[in-house]
Amino acid sequence: MNAGQALADLAAVSSQIDGAVLVRENGTLLASTFSDDGRSQAVAAHARELLQAARRSSAATGRAELSQVLAATPAGAVFLVRDGERAVAAVTGSEPTVGLVFYDLKTCLRLTDPDTSAAREERETAGAGTSERARERHEREADDE
Amino acid sequence: MNRAAAWAAAAGAAAAFSVWRRRSGRRAHADLYFDDGSMVSLAAGDAEADRMLAIAEDLVAAARGASAARSAGR
Repeated sequence: MNAGQALADLAAVSSQIDGAVLVRENGTLLASTFSDDGRSQAVAAHARELLQAARRSSAATGRAELSQVLAATPAGAVFLVRDGERAVAAVTGSEPTVGLVFYDLKTCLRLTDPDTSAAREERETAGAGTSERARERHEREADDE
Repeated sequence: MNRAAAWAAAAGAAAAFSVWRRRSGRRAHADLYFDDGSMVSLAAGDAEADRMLAIAEDLVAAARGASAARSAGR
């Protein structure tokens, strides 16, 4: 699945996500849910900045590799999930369902990784009903919450 | 009388708990998750957290199309 389609599906299934971008760690924008290019670039730049700050902060802790970040502010929350060279960042309202948003972002990253079996499976099914299945799965998970 | 007082006390405690939960849930914080499953939560006021929260505020403003005036000053 290409990055743009994965982000479009993400925005369709997760009503909590106001917008999201898929970026490389160097800040290169790969895909965005924002129609405005300037806004996409600005969000991508801030996402890169947040990732760098989080990595600096985590380096001081001496822990394993940083995988996810949640920055919760009164104006809204920023979620960031990284996987190798790529990261997806999303903005939500101020009281998101944290586990559900992280789950959706990880799924989005996995589906856009050409090396994963999930991505291969998505390609094989050629997207027929993909969005509908994703929406049904999401609704089941939301009911379980 | 005693029963009414007990009900009033219980209702007050429930309301106070509700307000406390709502306020604590909205407090700004930054959570870092690691590959080994561990997590560090940094509350606003911590220098590292404040740096990340400032960036997050700019990101939210940019995403919503608001002018991130504070960016110019950082």
